[in-house]
Amino acid sequence: MLAKIMSLFLLGLIRALTGAQARWQGCPPKAEQRIYFANHQSHADLILMWAALPAELRSITRPIAAKDYWTKTPFKKWITSAVFNAIYVDRTKTSEQDPLEPLIDALTNGDSVILFPEGTRGSQEEPQAFKSGLYNLAVKFPGVVLIPTWINNVQRVMPKGEVVPVPILCSVTFGAPVALAEGEDRASFLVRARQAVVDLREK
Amino acid sequence: MNIFLRSMTPGQQVGLLFVLVFGMLILVTAVAFGLSLKDRHEDDLHTQKLKEFNALLSTSWLMTTVFWVAWALGETFATVLFGFVAFFALREFITLSPTRQGDHRSLVLAFFVILPTQFALVINRNFDLVTVFIPVYAFLAIPVVSALADDPERFLERNAKLQWGIMVCVYGISHVPALLLLKFPGYEGKTAFLVFFLVFVVQSCMLVQHLANRRWPRTPVAPNVSKSFNWRGWALAVGVASLVGGMMAGLTPFQPAQAVAMALIACVAGSLGHLVMKALKRDRGITNWGSEGRSITGATGLLDRVDALCFAAPVFFHSVRWYFGL
Repeated sequence: MLAKIMSLFLLGLIRALTGAQARWQGCPPKAEQRIYFANHQSHADLILMWAALPAELRSITRPIAAKDYWTKTPFKKWITSAVFNAIYVDRTKTSEQDPLEPLIDALTNGDSVILFPEGTRGSQEEPQAFKSGLYNLAVKFPGVVLIPTWINNVQRVMPKGEVVPVPILCSVTFGAPVALAEGEDRASFLVRARQAVVDLREK
Repeated sequence: MNIFLRSMTPGQQVGLLFVLVFGMLILVTAVAFGLSLKDRHEDDLHTQKLKEFNALLSTSWLMTTVFWVAWALGETFATVLFGFVAFFALREFITLSPTRQGDHRSLVLAFFVILPTQFALVINRNFDLVTVFIPVYAFLAIPVVSALADDPERFLERNAKLQWGIMVCVYGISHVPALLLLKFPGYEGKTAFLVFFLVFVVQSCMLVQHLANRRWPRTPVAPNVSKSFNWRGWALAVGVASLVGGMMAGLTPFQPAQAVAMALIACVAGSLGHLVMKALKRDRGITNWGSEGRSITGATGLLDRVDALCFAAPVFFHSVRWYFGL
């Protein structure tokens, strides 16, 4: 109940601040199993993508959240688990556990996932080189549709190091699906996926 | 008829005005709907004109409803509502002005300190401070915050853009509810008419100018800024709107001659301000704040609707206060 109120409050807040406009350019908002991968500029990315999805998709799509950051305080933990239904991922590679395992569990369960392949927030205009998580998931789950996403303007709302957000209109552009080609190797796939995200920028 | 109108309380009079305006809108909408049913034209130009007309009609409905809600719920609520309009207009303006990370603190100051303070001053009726707070105090404070952010690249340009945004979106819009809160002796509760006077006169001026430029096109004065603005059309629009203002003198605390003069001031400020906003938009490379298609920013063109009013309101407000010594 409290989570529902919080989610409505956050939706209203993010819409008042940024508009949270969704632009479905390359695919419709269909309830199939998808991995949305986007550029990462600020903490607001997660909530912006979440707010841009329509209500039916919001309930089945789980964003990724860095475990070390988002479990630090009980409030952060509650927000990311109860409100956003996030998947916690260890950013540091430990020998016992594959960092992708929570994502693999979620995808096996049939959830859709929001992923930030850069691994960390960038501060340049263009996204950094993608890490290999996306490739590994694409290989393991060939049936899942991969959607490149461009989050526009959000680095101006709350840049790295700032706490108070500034109202600036932002949009989330969903592009055409990117599929892993037969026998494609990791490096070229990641380059192609990154380019698909960058291409969505100008339109 | 006159005696009947004057015997009503101010609240009833303003209510009657709204009834008339809504009635007119309903009539126009019904006629437009009826015409669209028997629309036999297939050409694109007609469809485009129809689209523009429908957009104008829905804007008028929205504005009238907003004003009515604001009036019905009292002065404080009306001012808060205008505060939100200013918030969204400023958001649109800033989105399309490239800012750097160093501007973040200044932007926070603008949205969350300057804007609420200005509207709080309006609610408190500190009219001297309303006129002076942004041009003096905010003007000096914003660059100080920006300088402390330690980013000199394009410093003057970025700060100038922010100052402009605050002047047009916050300062300009805040003077409309300020007009509502003015206390005229013997005119209590009827300041809504004054706001109506301002808005109606400015909008008529823009409409007549638009139609005159269409009907009698002449060489534009500044073609790079506006492809249609010319002095004849402008003079006609200002003249007609001033006369319209004179006819509305009964609604206002002005004598007819005073009403014409006030309307003249408002129209000149509004129409020339609209031209300035056009120049600003051309500089940014866009035709409207909310371009016809869906732009990547999602701007809806709120600023397009209110930009003439943003320039006319402060000038009109100050003229009224100065002339009547309020």
